[in-house]
Amino acid sequence: MLTKEDIAKRIALELKDGYYVNLGIGIPTLVANYIPEGINVEFQSENGVLGMGPFPFEGEEDADIINAGKQTITTLPGAVFFDSALSFGMIRGKHVDLTILGAMEVAENGDIANWKIPGKMVKGMGGAMDLVASAENIIVAMMHVNKAGESKILKKCTLPLTGVGCVKKVVTELAVLEVTPKGFKLLERAPGVSVEHIIVSTEAKLIIEGEIPEMQID
Amino acid sequence: MIYKKVNSVQDALRDVQDNATIMLGGFGLCGIPENSIAELVQKEIKNLTCISNNAGVDNFGLGMLLQKRQIKKMISSYVGENAEFERQMLSGELEVELIPQGTLAERCRAAQAGIPAFFTPAGFGTEVAIGKETREFNGKMHVMELAFNADFSIVKAWKGDTAGNLIFKGTARNFNPAMAGAAKITIAEVEELVEAGSLDPNQIHIPGIFVQRIFQGEKYEKRIEQRTVRERK
Repeated sequence: MLTKEDIAKRIALELKDGYYVNLGIGIPTLVANYIPEGINVEFQSENGVLGMGPFPFEGEEDADIINAGKQTITTLPGAVFFDSALSFGMIRGKHVDLTILGAMEVAENGDIANWKIPGKMVKGMGGAMDLVASAENIIVAMMHVNKAGESKILKKCTLPLTGVGCVKKVVTELAVLEVTPKGFKLLERAPGVSVEHIIVSTEAKLIIEGEIPEMQID
Repeated sequence: MIYKKVNSVQDALRDVQDNATIMLGGFGLCGIPENSIAELVQKEIKNLTCISNNAGVDNFGLGMLLQKRQIKKMISSYVGENAEFERQMLSGELEVELIPQGTLAERCRAAQAGIPAFFTPAGFGTEVAIGKETREFNGKMHVMELAFNADFSIVKAWKGDTAGNLIFKGTARNFNPAMAGAAKITIAEVEELVEAGSLDPNQIHIPGIFVQRIFQGEKYEKRIEQRTVRERK
């Protein structure tokens, strides 16, 4: 079973040279720590920065330089600040190549839910609805099952949707899944996790073709 | 030069009254008009409708207005950091309209730019689109969203001049530029207010035409919401 860091490492393998990437809050943020060697990518944060760098050294935090998770950050050479309207122009205008975000539920038609549990938790969608509605390449980083052991990979989302038919790939602690017109296709399994384990942990039907390889993350 | 400087936050907010609809810049606690929010608390103005990406934290930013129950309605995209907000919302004491962040920004920009409505793909197929006109463009469904109609826009900039021209710093820019000029009256508070002519016109982010009143804030706490650092090696 993968740790959150492992999930981030696996997703980092999806980065391609020259990509502009938007990272969501949580596991997606960790992806920035595992950029494959020889690859140049730039991270966009929707609050208005392109060219995000690592966290600042202690004592060098600047209240005016944060990421979308409200964390203090630094910028890299070539970085630029801009306003929110322009930022979402980049997103809506499909200038961002890859969006990586978390989810509470994903369905086999590519629907995603990640902003609200009616009556219990309402944090809001932030920029997620804009991102998923426009991005062409969306990877979801999430846990396969919830704390009660119930699958979050579903035939149909039960929570209020964030976007419809938009997710392309899902990376969980158990598997890499691709969303195809016929449903979830199992691409890879976590080291030491059997295909059977993934099947029983998944409410949606899985398309399984041939031998399923283990993820190569190290 | 049209002179926009006022001498105090009290003067800048003199005609803000109960039931006003106010846009407030900022993302989290970054780039929020701290001095104006403190003055709204002081003035004890009630029944406000606030348009702001977030609602501050419990004891800072818009959270201070929430604690005093001065806000009737919030229009925001993300409110995860404020427990009092969540409590008031779930109990029904506070009316909340959650909208996608890009839609929020564009509804400000549309108001600023005289565009009554626009179509965006954000939120199509979700509860955000309920009751709204939808239309297909280039094979993709879009939702019609309206420009905001606010009484006041309160923005915060790093530097400004007496003509109302504004320069922002870092990610404290966020919603402030799109909100400037997006309401009937725009009030700008700045960390440093200089004479018109002292700023390089090439470096100005927002022209003073969008600003009616400008003042230098007395003090800025600039609280950090998530202090994240790395170790020196």
